[in-house]
Amino acid sequence: MATQPTPIIEVRGLWTCFDKFVVHQDLNLEVNQGEILSLVGGSGSGKTTLLRQLLALEKPNRGTVKVFGEDINGSDGVQLQKLRQRWGMLFQHGALFSALSAFENVAQPMRELRTLPEDLVRDAALLKLHMVGINPDEALKMPADLSGGMIKRVGLARALALEPELLFLDEPTAGLDPSLSDSFVELIRSLHQAMRLTVVMVTHDLDTMFALSTKIAVLADKHVIALGTPQEVIKVEHPFIKEFFLGDRGKRALEQLHGDRQGSAPPPDSGTVTKAQ
Amino acid sequence: MSNQDLPTLSFDQHQATVAASGRWQVHALALPDAMVQIDKTLQPVSRDGSVAWDLSQISALDHIGAQALWNAWGKALPQKIVIPDQYAEFFDRLKQAGTLTLPDVPHGAWLSFLSIGTAIQGIANHLLAFVGLIGQLLLDVMQFARKPLRGPWKEVSANIFHAGYQALGITALVGFLIGVVLSYLSAQQLHTFGADIYLVNILGMSIIRELGPLLAAILVAGRSGSSITAQLGVMRVNEELDAMLVMGMPHGFRLIMPKVLALAVTMPLLVIWTDALALAGGMTAASIELGLSPRYFIQSLPEAVPLANYWIGMGKGVVFGSLIALVACHFGLRIKANTESLGEGTTISVVTAITAVILADAIFAIVFNNVGY
Repeated sequence: MATQPTPIIEVRGLWTCFDKFVVHQDLNLEVNQGEILSLVGGSGSGKTTLLRQLLALEKPNRGTVKVFGEDINGSDGVQLQKLRQRWGMLFQHGALFSALSAFENVAQPMRELRTLPEDLVRDAALLKLHMVGINPDEALKMPADLSGGMIKRVGLARALALEPELLFLDEPTAGLDPSLSDSFVELIRSLHQAMRLTVVMVTHDLDTMFALSTKIAVLADKHVIALGTPQEVIKVEHPFIKEFFLGDRGKRALEQLHGDRQGSAPPPDSGTVTKAQ
Repeated sequence: MSNQDLPTLSFDQHQATVAASGRWQVHALALPDAMVQIDKTLQPVSRDGSVAWDLSQISALDHIGAQALWNAWGKALPQKIVIPDQYAEFFDRLKQAGTLTLPDVPHGAWLSFLSIGTAIQGIANHLLAFVGLIGQLLLDVMQFARKPLRGPWKEVSANIFHAGYQALGITALVGFLIGVVLSYLSAQQLHTFGADIYLVNILGMSIIRELGPLLAAILVAGRSGSSITAQLGVMRVNEELDAMLVMGMPHGFRLIMPKVLALAVTMPLLVIWTDALALAGGMTAASIELGLSPRYFIQSLPEAVPLANYWIGMGKGVVFGSLIALVACHFGLRIKANTESLGEGTTISVVTAITAVILADAIFAIVFNNVGY
């Protein structure tokens, strides 16, 4: 039961500077297996930059970023390639390949492996689309013909195509209407349980954050000022946290959280998380 | 990854059971040979339900692994099967999803016959829209002429700078080199007839009347035409075009007319510039190859080339410039909001612009058949 949780992501002493402007100063962060971590912070606090650094899209000026125990800036191309097959990313605007249909977008990562038979790829891609609520009739549409919510869903299906252990979400519910974003939250929660994912997301949406996260990391003053469960984080004395969580919107979302927790969602780290080997 | 991690099936013929073992996960399945071996083992297995399946030896499973097994079962759960509890949900999900098939895309001979009609319709569509564009341009220019102070002067001057000033370098280089090449080529031929001094006539006529305008136009079509199309296309993708309409800024008056006017002004100037540099190139080569002095070259040029040819060259510049801008705008505005359409539109725009320029050049040649000789 009380196994030591393995850190999936480990950031140590990270510095980021744009010219003379320091964005991150000696930033530390740890994400354990099975967690859903929300990164929050004011605009310009470097959330998206941090996310891009975790994905090895950008290199920090100083410090180490370890994902699955490997230093992603120190590893060579082959290692990095292997890492990249173990994580998935949902970009803020979907970033679907506009020349490919929704179905082909999801099939592409599987075809990229070059060895899976085509009928298996087709069935698996259709299943992924089914899991995010897109039925085969809509699968051949081009991204330009899809609505914003559907683009996000297809983007999620593509991020999940190779059964990642780690999923990054950049503003997953931004631009969705409340009912769509509720169903998106429900979708991510069920996928988190079904696929035993670790999730790191950047979000501004307090409802989404409280509904999903098992942990919250608050980025302010150039580093992570608080990291813990939602209940722990809101107790931290800091002007940003006061303003962000305890405004009117925050209070409303918090009420929801308390109502929610009594009901369904299982507590984190309760041993249901199996160790992927 | 050791061998026992490979997803494998073993078929026991006596007991009629298939046992699966190893990691049934996508990266293990994607290892070379993994799927081939599985298919080979499956060949003698009958699918009539008499075979029992045992999944208890599987060390890991994901959706793709489950799908591979599901497909091996003929997309239904076998009657005799052992599934460990923690994997059951994958198959529940597959069962609940049911059979998912992509809708058929219609194709066939009749459709490819119909595509001829679609193509003709497309061309007619383009022509109609192009005529509309010219009409709109005319209205915009009239509006501009009525209230010149309220016109888009800044846009015009910015376009002149981009399409004209910044193109001086490349047109100079290409013009000079073509002048050198032409001069060498003609000098050799003329020398065999002892007609060296006619080099001025040949170079002067061909460059000023034909090559100067054409060279400048082709370079500008490649440079400015593509950039105009791409710019309008990106504005379409970013919804900037829609934003302009919403704020009451008409595309024609603020985007198209400034570009057309700018190119119509710039092109004749670029033609003169290219002419001058090409003649300078020819002159340099002539003095080296034939010993024709630059002084003689410059003095005899006005006699060899009547003034009318300069005007024809300038006129070509105006027409070519307007054509390039119009074609570029036409294709730029028709780009759809996706990246593929952007690339395609830019290519078609440049190709069409160059073709249109050459067509117009042919018309000039016919119309001014007897002028300027």
